[in-house]
Amino acid sequence: MTASTERRLMEGSEAIAEAAIAAGCRFFSGYPMTPFTELLEHFARRLPEEGGACINAESELEAIGQAWGAAATGARAATGSTGQGLSLMQESMSEITRAEIPIVVFNMARGQGDYYQATRGGGHGDYRHIVLAPESVGEAVRITQEAFHLADRWRHPVLIYGDYLIAHTAEAVSIEPIDFATKDPLPPKDWAVDGRLGGTGRSRNVNPIGMEKGSKGIDPNRFWQALSDKEDRIAAAEQRWEAIGTEDAELLIVAFGTLARFARAAIRDLRAEGLRVGLFRPISLWPFPSEALVRAAAGCRRVACLEQNAGQMIDDVRLALLGSVPVVPIGGISTDPAGFGIGALLDAERIAGRARDAYHGREVPRGVVA
Amino acid sequence: MSGDRDAEGVGAGDPLRVVPTDAPPSGACRRKGSFTPSLTLMGEHDLCPGCGEPLALRQILDSIEALGQAQRAIGVVGIGCYTALTSLMDVDLIQALHGRAPSVATGAKRMRPECLLFTLQGDGDMVNEGLQEVIHTAARGENVTCILLNNGVFGETGGHMTATTVLGQRTKNSIEGRDARLHGHPILIGDLLARLDGTAYVARASVHDAAGVARTRRFLDRAFTSQLKGQGFSFVEILTMCPTGWFIPTAEGPGYLDRELGAVHEVGELKKDGVLVER
Repeated sequence: MTASTERRLMEGSEAIAEAAIAAGCRFFSGYPMTPFTELLEHFARRLPEEGGACINAESELEAIGQAWGAAATGARAATGSTGQGLSLMQESMSEITRAEIPIVVFNMARGQGDYYQATRGGGHGDYRHIVLAPESVGEAVRITQEAFHLADRWRHPVLIYGDYLIAHTAEAVSIEPIDFATKDPLPPKDWAVDGRLGGTGRSRNVNPIGMEKGSKGIDPNRFWQALSDKEDRIAAAEQRWEAIGTEDAELLIVAFGTLARFARAAIRDLRAEGLRVGLFRPISLWPFPSEALVRAAAGCRRVACLEQNAGQMIDDVRLALLGSVPVVPIGGISTDPAGFGIGALLDAERIAGRARDAYHGREVPRGVVA
Repeated sequence: MSGDRDAEGVGAGDPLRVVPTDAPPSGACRRKGSFTPSLTLMGEHDLCPGCGEPLALRQILDSIEALGQAQRAIGVVGIGCYTALTSLMDVDLIQALHGRAPSVATGAKRMRPECLLFTLQGDGDMVNEGLQEVIHTAARGENVTCILLNNGVFGETGGHMTATTVLGQRTKNSIEGRDARLHGHPILIGDLLARLDGTAYVARASVHDAAGVARTRRFLDRAFTSQLKGQGFSFVEILTMCPTGWFIPTAEGPGYLDRELGAVHEVGELKKDGVLVER
């Protein structure tokens, strides 16, 4: 089966793999883990057909190491896992960020409990990476392609925060290569190693500590500041969000990923009842779209933070709003008996009920949503 | 920078002439010799006097140049004292994490099969932290060359026990000498890798004397040639002196290496063309 631009029913894992290949990804490595496994399966089947390579790595440590090496040669490379596997990759994630190697990492997470891991850097040192959270398979197809562009644009890792539903829901999608580079030309990959500059005095060293060939020692202060400055530029340029019904909203729900899709349905019902409820959906979790959230929340009586965890994104929501609007949590821990993140909270009626409580100033039940 | 290399005087490849030193020179020196090794950006390094790693590094770079691979080589280096040498190596490099170089080299080789891929790791890096990586890379038969600089200690942290420290060897955390009952046994990584089906060439050398240095060079040439032939995983372990980490006088380093480490980690070729060498 080759990439097809015709619209067809495709499982999210397959659609993401096809989108990555359409974006030029030629290397993937991974270690099986639910619900990430099928992504690895599709890459293993498809990449050799495209002249690329997919390695069934011996551990997540090696999976990201292999992707690191592939990306350092200038190839578009990716790896992934669930949040558990991502924990094992964090040491390399940190080093790759500092070595300014563009790489795309998929977290097919078990729910939304990895928000901190994804948005706070996750590993040692002083860094963040770009995090994009699609709400549907269709959006994942576009975001996957954009991720490879952004990685090259900034020479920075991009993490895609998916979940069980993104990985395993079949939707009708078409995989059409999206041209980002015409509008936003990419810098040449002259930093990448190909061996050709050996012996010329201009050979390269792709390294995470700011070492320069021919000079002794390093300058850690200047190095870390340069990384921080780049992250400031990314933060200013790459905020992504969607705002629905925020013009007249009295209650604003903030939700990301597939949970926002359920919130979207809930809002339709609440609007039908005459309740003025809006939705703000951060698409980039880092950089968090703070200014846009402030604008969306202006005039609201209350902001309801809907997330499938004990409360992580609510920190960013509160930091953005700085107390200007009361923020109440309406989500909570909610998963299935296997722990794959398919909880009772993924239900438009239940979300509508909790939003109705928040709208009327009633207390929203805390704790597990079962 | 390498700009002045061979600009004037004796180049690295010229034969050395015998200079009489039993009488004062007839006049002031007019020629300046440059003995900067191949593929280096500086003729000096910051490692300890008596360290074996610069000797090993020079053989690696000389071998790459002699095989005509200078403009096709990519090195993946781990973390250890030799990392301070990477700034003076004039080949393309990727700086990897402690233990992870074989995986990084795997990804790079898959995307650039035309390049000569080698890793440079210490014993703590490869045999402690990254044992899994090197074993799986070898078992997969990845067509890369992994080079181990084995001195039996974590030199950079100040002389601590590694997985290759020999029994009886004193380190900062086996102060009375490595005791099998307390610290377990050393891993003979070359012997371990030679047993795997994916390995094509496995050898162990030592830089404790001139013959050992020459042997190191031969083994490196054969390992790189094996990769160029596409035979699969190749491996050269190089025993190096670390008098600082061993807490002995610098001059005793080569003798200690040969006598103590060399007795356990035996020098020689272990596997050639995918066939175990009878010993």
